[in-house]
Amino acid sequence: MKLEIRDVTKTFQSKNGALTALDAVDLDVQAGEFVCLLGPSGCGKSTLLNVIAGLDAPTRGHARMDGKPIQGTGTDRVMIFQSAALFPWLSVFDNVKFGLNMIGVPKPERQVIARKYLQMVHLAEFEQASVHELSGGMQQRVAIARALALNPDVLLMDEPFGALDAQTRDLLHDELQTIWTETRKTILFVTHNVREAVVLGDRVVVLSARPGRIKKIFTIDLPRPRQIESYAVVDLAREIMAVLKEDVLASTRDADARLLQTLEAQMVGDDVL
Amino acid sequence: MNNLTRKLTFFAALLAVWQALAWSGLWAEYIFPSPLGVVQTLVRGFQNGTYLIGIVTSMQRLVIGFGISASIGILSGLAIGRSKLLDETVGSIALGLQTLPSICWLPFAILWFGMSETAIFFVVIMGALLAITTATEAGVKNTPPLYLRAARNLGAHGWKMYALVIFPAALPEIITGMKLGWSFAWRSLMAAELLYASTSLGLGYLLNMGRELNDMSRVMAVMLVIIAIGLVVDRLIFAPIETRVRARWGLSG
Ligand SMILES: Nc1ncnc2c1ncn2[C@@H]1O[C@H](COP(=O)(O)OP(=O)(O)OP(=O)(O)O)[C@@H](O)[C@H]1O
Ligand SMILES: [Mg+2]
Repeated sequence: MKLEIRDVTKTFQSKNGALTALDAVDLDVQAGEFVCLLGPSGCGKSTLLNVIAGLDAPTRGHARMDGKPIQGTGTDRVMIFQSAALFPWLSVFDNVKFGLNMIGVPKPERQVIARKYLQMVHLAEFEQASVHELSGGMQQRVAIARALALNPDVLLMDEPFGALDAQTRDLLHDELQTIWTETRKTILFVTHNVREAVVLGDRVVVLSARPGRIKKIFTIDLPRPRQIESYAVVDLAREIMAVLKEDVLASTRDADARLLQTLEAQMVGDDVL
Repeated sequence: MNNLTRKLTFFAALLAVWQALAWSGLWAEYIFPSPLGVVQTLVRGFQNGTYLIGIVTSMQRLVIGFGISASIGILSGLAIGRSKLLDETVGSIALGLQTLPSICWLPFAILWFGMSETAIFFVVIMGALLAITTATEAGVKNTPPLYLRAARNLGAHGWKMYALVIFPAALPEIITGMKLGWSFAWRSLMAAELLYASTSLGLGYLLNMGRELNDMSRVMAVMLVIIAIGLVVDRLIFAPIETRVRARWGLSG
């Protein structure tokens, strides 16, 4: 399933006038490709995913799946949010079955499919648990299973591991790489973590500060599975960080100051290696 | 002294003082009954079945009236919470009427339905309805947008969205509204039964009978029954449900 983003521009009207979040973004994503999006805070990464998910309509331009313009939501594109957004009133199992119920898959089939994906994310024995009994990492795995259960062509992941500790994140990187190899989904993955982007992506797209434009696209040719602490990953990450940093420095917003801090922390981490 | 012993000591002392005052003979027994007298009346009332009939009659009215209130309230709250038009029209009326103590509906109900069971139901229903409607409406409006986006993204729309996402997301607030509505309905029922005792046999009627017979111990015994029912329903039914739902929804600290 090929995803084409053409001239996508999004302007929000607010009290203080119009705000252009995305400006003429063009991007092609091949079927089965893993693309990571990096960019300063507020540059429109989430907006771009929302447009592809059909949760938001672009002001200009359009996104197409296999030539068909995207209009509204569809279960061929499923979003995974930073907070897992599981439904706390449902058990883990029922959460995974939720989408299948919505699209009218018969009950016995739902069970089989949900079990399969819970197994894939190693949570089979937590079927009957309720959401508040799970750790953040486990919740995110359930969210991944819930999305995969619908067998979408495209997974849209918006900083899915942003709130997790480093060990859990590394573990989930491995799992996600395995899942991606097994299922060959097209994945768009937004992150603030440059090394994460390098570990996961076939390509890393760097967006400029608002209004978001594509600044540079890096192709990551490293063999998989990749390790986050490997020299090759760290070297590439440093190169990408340098590009990213120009934009972060150009902007003066608070959130970016925070991003800069994390970037610098990551840089220091690299120098130690 | 821990909490419980402190409480028990206090109640024991209170009973002792009360009993002593009753024995002192300062007031006539029918004005100031002794605790023992009240207990005796209470036991007699249960033995001869009048309290049981009273409880069953009142609870029947309450449960049926409250059930109707809850169904209408939840449905209209869901609708008002999702529609700007309904919110600005029906919603504002609901908000305004909520300030009216529900027993004020009694004259209205009697004019419309006569001195009938329907009039009492009407007062009970009006007692709980607005509290449940406004709580449901608030719950719907406070549904985290993330749940809605996630659900839409997973293919939810139409009635499934309402029944399987919006309703459960609002459930903690709906339950709080039902708890409040229940206590309003309970109060209005007692008031209605008291004011309009001719045909009703509920607890309010028994209370009024105590007054007519000039028998304070009957009045107090029935008051105890009413307090007990209120406590039991609140502590044994609503409070545990509320706590469990809030914990599961991740709302309690
Ligand atoms: N619904 C909205 N109404 C008005 N402005 C919005 C809306 N959604 C996003 N914006 C604005 O659009 C810009 C881009 O937002 P977006 O959430 O896409 O950024 P982002 O790149 O995902 O940022 P972050 O890295 O912090 O998540 C921001 O300035 C934001 O304030
Ligand atoms: Mg974002």
